[in-house]
Amino acid sequence: MAISVEALLLTKQYSSQPKGSRPALDAVDLHVEAGQLYGLVGPDGAGKTTLLRILSTVMNPTSGSARLMGYDVNKQAEQIRSRLGYMPQAFSLYPDLSVMENLRFFADINGVSHGKQKSRIDELLEFARLTDFTSRRSENLSGGMRKKLALACALVHEPEILLLDEPTTGVDPVSRRELWQLLAKVIQQGVTVLVSTPYMDEAERCNMVSIIYQGRILTTGAPVDLERQMPFRIVEVKAKPRGTLRQVVDKIDGGYGWRAVGDRLRLSVVDPAGVQARIKANLETAGAQISILREARILMEDVFIYLVEQQEKQA
Amino acid sequence: MRQSFRRMMTIVRKEWLHIIRDPRTLALVIVLPVMMLFLLGYAVANDVKDIPLAVADLSHTDTSRTLVDKLTVSEFFMYTHAAQSENEILAMMDAGIVKAGLYIPESFGRDVSTGGVGTIQFYIDGSNPTIAQTAQLAAETISQSMSQEILIKRLERSGTGMQLGLPVDVRMRYLYNPDMKRMNFMIPGLVAIILQVQTLLLTAFAIVREREQGTLEQLIVTPVRSWELMLGKILPFVVVAFVNVVMTVAVGAIWFGVDVVGSSALLAGLSLIFLLGSLGLGVLISNISKTQMQAMYLASFIMMPSFILAGLLFPRENMPWLAYYAGYFLPVTYFLEIVRGIILKGADFFTLWVWIWPMAVFSIVVFFASVLLFHKRL
Ligand SMILES: Nc1ncnc2c1ncn2[C@@H]1O[C@H](COP(=O)(O)OP(=O)(O)OP(=O)(O)O)[C@@H](O)[C@H]1O
Ligand SMILES: [Mg+2]
Repeated sequence: MAISVEALLLTKQYSSQPKGSRPALDAVDLHVEAGQLYGLVGPDGAGKTTLLRILSTVMNPTSGSARLMGYDVNKQAEQIRSRLGYMPQAFSLYPDLSVMENLRFFADINGVSHGKQKSRIDELLEFARLTDFTSRRSENLSGGMRKKLALACALVHEPEILLLDEPTTGVDPVSRRELWQLLAKVIQQGVTVLVSTPYMDEAERCNMVSIIYQGRILTTGAPVDLERQMPFRIVEVKAKPRGTLRQVVDKIDGGYGWRAVGDRLRLSVVDPAGVQARIKANLETAGAQISILREARILMEDVFIYLVEQQEKQA
Repeated sequence: MRQSFRRMMTIVRKEWLHIIRDPRTLALVIVLPVMMLFLLGYAVANDVKDIPLAVADLSHTDTSRTLVDKLTVSEFFMYTHAAQSENEILAMMDAGIVKAGLYIPESFGRDVSTGGVGTIQFYIDGSNPTIAQTAQLAAETISQSMSQEILIKRLERSGTGMQLGLPVDVRMRYLYNPDMKRMNFMIPGLVAIILQVQTLLLTAFAIVREREQGTLEQLIVTPVRSWELMLGKILPFVVVAFVNVVMTVAVGAIWFGVDVVGSSALLAGLSLIFLLGSLGLGVLISNISKTQMQAMYLASFIMMPSFILAGLLFPRENMPWLAYYAGYFLPVTYFLEIVRGIILKGADFFTLWVWIWPMAVFSIVVFFASVLLFHKRL
């Protein structure tokens, strides 16, 4: 498979960051194969935007190098730009221009010929379901529609690579699903997509995922592989009264701690069967009512928490 | 090249849409020059006339009465108060009742008729320099012409027998601005202000807004080159500035009667060169500002000295030497001489060359520096 995006030892220290402090991006390596839907997952301030800005030639790295489609981001920005679609994190279309005007502008500026323009724009309007809103100013669009328009604008010149910075942040759950469905369609057309997100659950939709934290890549792999590689299993438990449940779970040392998700507790444990038995016994002695007690699938969130804890233990 | 041109025109079209749709910018573009024109025309530009004058004529002679008559028929002064003593005049000046005072001592008539020197005392309220300047000039001119007449009378009387005319008949004539109209001074200044302030601000704002909005980040990843982007942003404002200049000059001619004596084509051509410098400064400012607010403050650093030192509103001749020479560092100083030269005096290219070349050098250097320094990275 051809490599579409390749970053080696990328480091970025902003000039406003104090000397000697942890850089925003710390020796990051990244390999994205052509045609992949690649997820860059990390919490706020992890360095996602910094990395995507460097890859999209918006900003220069402090050191290290990166190539897109074989072109160097520092020296061959022009070649990259004509083949790249980029959607920044913040809304970055012209608020006073209509949907149609924004699309036409980005088509023109990217050199899409007039002959091709109409059919391409119609196709994208259809794709983003914006056909009925062509004359609405983009400042008057809802959050989800803005993101879809931004996506359409980034695709108007049929790029080979699409870089998306948190396309689903600040968008309602329905629009989030819709956006991911659109990305799946984009992939089908053979475009390589690198997308960043702070939502761990979204990582499951990607072919490959890199988890980024404090400027470093903690791990890379397909979501299923990452989950399989973990040295623990998950036990999910729900019981009333909740105070008693917590007391019981606190006393059980399953190996990797627990966290609350909604009204359930998730324990990361080495021996799921043994732990389940102990919890059951202890809860019953305490007179609690158990409604759920079972082994559950490992989620990206669990992977992330485990990796961050490991990282912190090392430091 | 064709691709370049197409991309540039795409930016131009987009910029037009912004101008038309942004009511703030539109107001700045259209209302400001018109407002300034009428403000300057009606609020600031009172031509100095009928300065209230107090007279204490203790001499009571024909000569003294003639002098007072000459002052009052000149229209510069209006004889509003009669006084009996020097102190009374001073009191009236203190109270602000009169702006000028004339004290003619008792001995005046005698001194003149006996061939001596008649001394009079003229008081001028210096608190308004424009009035003071006019009053002084008028008083000096009138008393000088009066002295000459007296001199001739004496010569005739001394018995040469021949009729003497005035050997030299001095009549003051203001060249270029015969009616001493303030608007003649103001309209060229306004043309310069529009080209300096409006273009500088609009250009800086247009670029900084992209940064503020976050759209610059999106533009950077498109194939548009820095210079295409910059020219595309600037071109609409060149058109806007020109429309405004034409409007100002037209209103000046039709409404205020300030005709363009010289060549309009020359005025347009040289305005264009000056414009390059203003636009360049705007781009330079936008390079180092993150917000429109910052751009505004930076622009004030350039605009304030322009207003004051270049002689847009006050004549440079009266400034202290430091301020006077500091004016030579501002391109607008040169441009102002050019605009006044063309509009009021009908000066041609060669006459104006001394002013043209420094301005042109500045504009071209600033413009190309701004093109080179304008970078398409965050
Ligand atoms: N222009 C800047 N100057 C100085 N520091 C910066 C700048 N931009 C980002 N940083 C710092 O660099 C680190 C990484 O920021 P970055 O914006 O890349 O994170 P992110 O993963 O995109 O986070 P978010 O989810 O908040 O967008 C953060 O600690 C941030 O404070
Ligand atoms: Mg970010």
